Amino acid sequence: MAKSGRLGRVLTLLGLALLLGACSLVEIEDAALTSWKPAGPNAERIDDLFWMVFNIAAGVFAFVVVALIVIVVRFRDRSGAKEPKQLHGNARLEVVWTVIPALILATIAVPTVQSVFDLTGCDPDSMRIQLTGHQWWFEVQYPDYGIDTANVVVIPAGEEACLEMTSDDVLHNFWAPALHGKRYLVPGQFTELRLESYEPGEFWAHCAEYCGLSHSLMRARVLALAPADFQAWVEAQQQPAVLPAEGTQAWEGYQVFVNKGCTQCHSYRVDGEGGNIVPADAFNGPDLTHFASRNVFAGAVLPEYGESREDALRRWLADPPSVKPGSYMPNLALTAEEIDNLIVFLEESR
Amino acid sequence: MTATAERPATSIFRRPRSKTGLWSWITTVDHKRIGIMYGYAAFFFFIVGGIEALLLRIQLSQANAEFLTAGAYNALFTMHGTTMVFLFVMPASAAFMNYMLPLLVGARDVAFPRLNALSWWVFFFGAIFMYSTFFFGTSLPPAGVEGVAGNLPEGGGPGSFNWLANSPDGGWFGYQPNAGPFYTPGTAMDFWAGGLQILGLSSLVSSVNFIVTTFNMRAKGMKLMRMPVFAWMTTVTAFLLLFSLPIIAVALFMVTTDRQFGSLFFAAQNGGDPILWQHLFWLFGHPEVYIIILPPMGIVSEVMPAFARKPLFGYSAVVFAGAAIAFLGFGVWAHHMFSSGITPVAQAAFGLATMTIAIPTGIKIFNWLGTLWGGRIRFTPAMLFAIGFIAMFTIGGLSGVTHSIVPADWQETDTYYVVAHFHYVIFGGAVFGLFSGLYYWFPKYSGRLLDEKLGKLHFWLTFIGFNMTFAPMHWLGLQGMVRRTWKYAPEMGLEGWNQVVTAGAFIIALAMLVFMYNWRKSRRRGTVAGMDPWDARTIEWMTPNPTPEHNFSESLEITSLDHFWHMKYEEDEEGRPVRRADADEILARLEDIGNNPREPIHLPSPSFFPFLIGLGVPLIFYGIVYHTSLVGKGLIVLGALIVLASAIGWGIEPADEPHYGHDDHDEEHGEEEVVEVHG
Amino acid sequence: MADVHAVETDHEEHESTGVSNLKLGMWIFLSSEFLFFGALITNYLLYSNRGGFTGPYPAEVYDIPFTSVSSFVLLMSSLTMVLAHNAFSRGDQNGTRTWLFATAALGAVFLGGQVFEFTEFIVNYDMKLTTNPAASAFYVLTGFHGIHVAIGVLLLLSLWGISRARGGLSQKSGLNVEMVGLYWHFVDIIWIVIFTVVYLLSLPPA
Repeated sequence: MAKSGRLGRVLTLLGLALLLGACSLVEIEDAALTSWKPAGPNAERIDDLFWMVFNIAAGVFAFVVVALIVIVVRFRDRSGAKEPKQLHGNARLEVVWTVIPALILATIAVPTVQSVFDLTGCDPDSMRIQLTGHQWWFEVQYPDYGIDTANVVVIPAGEEACLEMTSDDVLHNFWAPALHGKRYLVPGQFTELRLESYEPGEFWAHCAEYCGLSHSLMRARVLALAPADFQAWVEAQQQPAVLPAEGTQAWEGYQVFVNKGCTQCHSYRVDGEGGNIVPADAFNGPDLTHFASRNVFAGAVLPEYGESREDALRRWLADPPSVKPGSYMPNLALTAEEIDNLIVFLEESR
Repeated sequence: MTATAERPATSIFRRPRSKTGLWSWITTVDHKRIGIMYGYAAFFFFIVGGIEALLLRIQLSQANAEFLTAGAYNALFTMHGTTMVFLFVMPASAAFMNYMLPLLVGARDVAFPRLNALSWWVFFFGAIFMYSTFFFGTSLPPAGVEGVAGNLPEGGGPGSFNWLANSPDGGWFGYQPNAGPFYTPGTAMDFWAGGLQILGLSSLVSSVNFIVTTFNMRAKGMKLMRMPVFAWMTTVTAFLLLFSLPIIAVALFMVTTDRQFGSLFFAAQNGGDPILWQHLFWLFGHPEVYIIILPPMGIVSEVMPAFARKPLFGYSAVVFAGAAIAFLGFGVWAHHMFSSGITPVAQAAFGLATMTIAIPTGIKIFNWLGTLWGGRIRFTPAMLFAIGFIAMFTIGGLSGVTHSIVPADWQETDTYYVVAHFHYVIFGGAVFGLFSGLYYWFPKYSGRLLDEKLGKLHFWLTFIGFNMTFAPMHWLGLQGMVRRTWKYAPEMGLEGWNQVVTAGAFIIALAMLVFMYNWRKSRRRGTVAGMDPWDARTIEWMTPNPTPEHNFSESLEITSLDHFWHMKYEEDEEGRPVRRADADEILARLEDIGNNPREPIHLPSPSFFPFLIGLGVPLIFYGIVYHTSLVGKGLIVLGALIVLASAIGWGIEPADEPHYGHDDHDEEHGEEEVVEVHG
Repeated sequence: MADVHAVETDHEEHESTGVSNLKLGMWIFLSSEFLFFGALITNYLLYSNRGGFTGPYPAEVYDIPFTSVSSFVLLMSSLTMVLAHNAFSRGDQNGTRTWLFATAALGAVFLGGQVFEFTEFIVNYDMKLTTNPAASAFYVLTGFHGIHVAIGVLLLLSLWGISRARGGLSQKSGLNVEMVGLYWHFVDIIWIVIFTVVYLLSLPPA
């Protein structure tokens, strides 16, 4: 008996050590979408709650597994062991292991319910941002400022911004783990999610609900700017684009943009002659007026890691569906020269 | 079914009589043979689903990998989920229920043997229907979308054999409107919806059959609270099926009418509500989780007492906890939808309801520990899998509790954390339990034992591979790996652990090869088991191995829980078992009688009609898929005629006078024939 | 109904419930069917007065007097079913046959009424399955009920046919008469719920 007890204890300690060791190993340093590095009050509250529950759960698990190991070692069949007593149960124990879990659950129920209500909805005075899901990109509009942009949600740091979300086609699910949990974008309905970042910074976001062929390539960024920078950004975005001077390469690119079908889906706000470009078609692509002000495009998938913006754009314009399967933006069979010109035009659209 | 003939009327076919060969399998109504067929079919689909999983894992082993196209990836995860849930775990449970339930309650067959055969054949042809999408299905881009058409996987459409392009790709959950007529046109999702509908029909028929069996067919003296736990869990599962299948049937009909006939249930642009689908799907889908886990819980509740040489600790608590889980299981579905924008009040309520499920689950786990405590534990492969079940299922259960913490779930949902969670429940729980049952009850099927060394190798490879595969998914999910993701970017930092996961998946595959080798080897050449190889407790071991066709030669009279054990053992003053002096005599006599019944035994006769109806049902569904064409309309009529004619044939099939008596109010043995068993 | 309660009791001597397998099975099956229709009715209620759909709502086109009459016909068929069962219990084979046929006929009349009603809605009011979700829910719900009635009519006619061909039904078939009766009453009860909730109490959106 004594020997097996010692063995049990050793095994138990070993198990616990492994468990703790594993826990310290699992954190991935460069995980762009981790939920373990909250950067705002909402995500932090969730994080606290998660770790509280995780610790309780780990405790329960350790208890069960230690008990299991001890039992299995201690009561393994050995030669000469007596036949076991035929115990049928114990009413008092049944009560104990019904009541204790119930009490534990009651303790975690209280903060759970509280935080559900605390973390849902928006402050009525907070800035509104309309987020519309498309297969496979996010449209971002600021009704107060008349801004229409894509894939990058720009918010002022230290303030709450309210995403009013809907979808143009199928279900999507917006997830910026550093700032808050997930919330659906539902066609025909509106959902709300508030975002707040303590500090300026750039955070990854991803569509988390399966939304068709290129679901895995529907990402976004949340860019939190210091309030003054945010104001500057707003003002820059509100400006219409300045058309490139005739004869420049950018102007050639603009000709491609206007004549090769881009304007069927993409709008472009122009000052002066010709007026704004508003696509007539049902298919909706991102507004490209200030394309160059966004550090990512194509559903925040491009440019890929280590790729230059120019290379990424070239790849994308040459054959969008090869980058993003099922892309609604077709291969327009542009020549290399046309693509070069377009790139210059787009990159000058700040 | 509508009528019973009073005189031996002529049947459409001569009543099948063969006892061996293909026809005997096609026409059998023997619950054991049906169970065996379910078992082999389930294992086949386990392999198919496993291969699909391995392909998915290869794709995910590198960031931005190009091993599979997006379309192929989506098709594979759709079919992996659908296959594992509906074509593997459910029929595998059905295999155990079919084979074991009558043996556990001391009956010669289920209440409705022909309906039982019907369940099987409907399942069989339903599974074929589902997978025939690989040959006939089409998965197309939304209508009128330029640029999409040319960029799907090559091929598609009837006659083209690019399997993955012909496969459903809307996910096993079929969320609307993505899996609806506009965003996923083509017939593949119709095969999926129709296939699930057919499989549901099969399960519904089974559930009625099993409930009536446990209510009406128990041996004399087997009170409800003397039933083995697996029989109890079968009954509870049958009730879960009974009340959840109609919901998914309605939901699938709605999808089918949306897709085929232009109704607008889930069409958001016309006012349809895509979230309604989720309510209906999960109102079925959450009970489905318990449909998957409760039977294996019953299995390990049989295995642990046998190998700890102790009765199940807190039998009634375990039974009631199972029933409580089932009951609560109907009130928690919206925890699958915490991020869908349902009101905070609903989120809080469903969060709390979900937490309560932890209580009966905990009761079960602690009672299993109580069963092992103080026992004499023999580490047979069956026991290893049962012990593994406790540990792995505890992880799955606890990560389930973290889902009930609603705000935490907002981070967890739709990530690999959820994938990890439910694989710990379904693989670490259900599959471990099923393997435990296979090692335990294998002698009932073959009369031999599965090789123990290979069995232990199988267990340890499975255990290690399983944890390598699914444990890292917990932190992968929390650190940003969303579900159903074909590609992830290198910056997401997910590659390293994904490689561990993929390696683990191949270790599981290796474990399954070991198991298959063991099965093949032991089925014919394994150690002969004898009647009572485990010194077991329950009455299924009171008859020889392999189980004789008639199960029990004599009608049993049950006097206690663990009746068989008490025939062999009495207890000394300390409460320790002492083998009765006449125990060996009793066993010898039982074995002799089992093999040589003293009087003729009447068994239900084979029938063609379950097979024919099973064949006819999918024809109707093919017809619905192609209903706009003449061929489709023809198939509907043809299928309906086959079903109708078979039903009539079934109804007037010659019936012999019933003779055997323990259920002489039983209409169904109007169809039994005398089978002389010569001793 | 009494039989259902018997299910729960556990006899000392006789382990089974004392209810025949077939009858028990039928009750269990019907309990599942209740949920089937429950889900369909819930769907209808969810969409029936949601505002903003194009085209007519079912509640705007109902012909309540007409449907009342056809509901009454179906109700009467439950009565004739009881009469059939009674006749059978008395050993009155001719009476059984007559009432079985009458029940089937009333069911057929109800079905005819439903066909007429659908045609009215489609032709005169242009409310099709594809008009709006409320209409979809209406047609799928009542359509599935209609299919159940049709199956019931087939069952009744086959009993009737067997009785005619063989000059009567055996005692053993009594159980089948009872089964078909159970099913038929179930279909009627569902219709009463549908008529009340879907027709009488449902209002178009304000």
